[in-house]
Amino acid sequence: MSNQLIKFFNLTGLTWFVPIVKIAAGENPMLQARQLFLIMGVPIIAFVFFLGAWSFSASKVNTSLGTIPDPADVWHEAGGLVDEHYVEKQKQIDYYHRQEERVAKAKAEDPNAEIKVRPYNGKPTYLDQICTSLITVFTGFILATLVAVPLGLLCGMSPVINTAINPLIQIFKPVSPLAWLPIVTLVVSAAYVTTDDSWFEKSFITSAITVTFCSLWPTLINTAVGVASIDKDLVNVAKVLRLGWATQIRKIVIPSSLPYIFTGMRLSLGVGWMVLIAAEMLA
Amino acid sequence: MFAFTGHPSASAKQPPQTVSESGTVLLELSGVGKEYSEGNKDTQVLDNINLCIREGEFIAIVGFSGSGKTTLISAIAGLIQPDRGKILKNGKVITAPGPDRGVVFQNYSLMPWLTVYENVALAVDEIFKDWPADKRRVHAEKYVRMVSLGAARDKKPSELSGGMRQRVNVACALAANPDILLLDEPLSALDALTRGMLQDEILQIWEQEKKTVILITNDVDEAIYMADRVIPLNPGPNATLGPDFVVNIERPRNRTELNHNQTFKKCRADITQYLMNISMEKAGQTIL
Repeated sequence: MSNQLIKFFNLTGLTWFVPIVKIAAGENPMLQARQLFLIMGVPIIAFVFFLGAWSFSASKVNTSLGTIPDPADVWHEAGGLVDEHYVEKQKQIDYYHRQEERVAKAKAEDPNAEIKVRPYNGKPTYLDQICTSLITVFTGFILATLVAVPLGLLCGMSPVINTAINPLIQIFKPVSPLAWLPIVTLVVSAAYVTTDDSWFEKSFITSAITVTFCSLWPTLINTAVGVASIDKDLVNVAKVLRLGWATQIRKIVIPSSLPYIFTGMRLSLGVGWMVLIAAEMLA
Repeated sequence: MFAFTGHPSASAKQPPQTVSESGTVLLELSGVGKEYSEGNKDTQVLDNINLCIREGEFIAIVGFSGSGKTTLISAIAGLIQPDRGKILKNGKVITAPGPDRGVVFQNYSLMPWLTVYENVALAVDEIFKDWPADKRRVHAEKYVRMVSLGAARDKKPSELSGGMRQRVNVACALAANPDILLLDEPLSALDALTRGMLQDEILQIWEQEKKTVILITNDVDEAIYMADRVIPLNPGPNATLGPDFVVNIERPRNRTELNHNQTFKKCRADITQYLMNISMEKAGQTIL
């Protein structure tokens, strides 16, 4: 069990948790604490140094247009944004409360009265927007993975398809999200008609699809490379056993290219984040 | 005690060997040649290979490294196609790899993400698809135990020693119930002690299962100890098979006694002498 957890954390890049799992499994706590310090403490110390350098250098930059905020300012402002969020949430609760009272009152006066219930339409706060961004980026990322992994498997397994698709990959990989956006907007606006009770907003779909287009390339390329570099001996074993097509993919191709696929997915997620801001700003 | 079916001094081109002893011919190679081309330069790896193997035989092919041994076994396995000549199994031309020819590769070709049992089961499940799950499980477990890995059943290959990994390979190959077992230098990466143990185990399994075995090796002692017939592969390029050296030593052979056995000594001296001579000859040719 603990072995599998460790493998999972290593594979997903969450190496911070490995020593904790090992301590829980009863391995030498001193040794693991040292390990924990190495992979967790050292980055924290480095981060503290960075904050120090930031606040020192920020106070030195003094232009006619203003100064660069130092960490303390940023912290203060972030606190303000969080407060604002709670204030806004309280307003929303109060609004629904008042509406309920009004509805109850109207019903008491006239049971057949037609009462309109309106949703609260205050402005979304920063925390709400962060949630929206997270959902958008993950939607785009999942879509990208669903497209890129099968396509990558295909490219890796067939040299013909690989040479056919490779120029397209090279052309589309560096295309900026700002270039994708008008095309995606055009298609989404025409194809997807929103009403009051539709599931997704148009801007959400547009930015998610833009994220997909920009972030699917690392996964695609890595998967193709991973599949193409499967150990020749294992391929020979599959040939000797005359493994069927599906079995070959399931039992040999996917397990042996999994590390590459995960690396590609990690890179894709990074690209997705970078692209997201541009896409959401304009969508 | 000792019979030569060819003459060590014979020229490289030999007629196909005639089958005089009993037993049906299982595998027949006639005039097999294979070349690799690089640019406009062709390298002839194998040239005019003629070989006849009867059912139940244990054949060893010895040769220097780089003499084309792996190419030969890949051709028999069907992983590569010869450029010239024919390879017939039961009278049919071999065109593709198949489970009737089990291969044990030199480097332990196991799926690193599967356990010992799962590696064997992968072969069993594919080849005996129509068996019920229970029967397949029993079959796979039988072969895991046969190579004495019952205790390591649920271990991953990375947790095993080289010898154990090679045993798993043997189990995988045998579990597919092949007609011929092709062993491509299966023991050359192992230490001497493990090597000896595995030789005995393979022999034991061979006695039990009565499979035809082709063993590729660079160790003359190993070849003589294990095989009925030892055939040297003359060093490549243009590798051809040398004459047969039939090993007439009673089975089961005893390793310690063998060192004092006159037949064994003579056999070893003859084969070594032959290989040395032919390699000198080849070296002379390349200088000229």
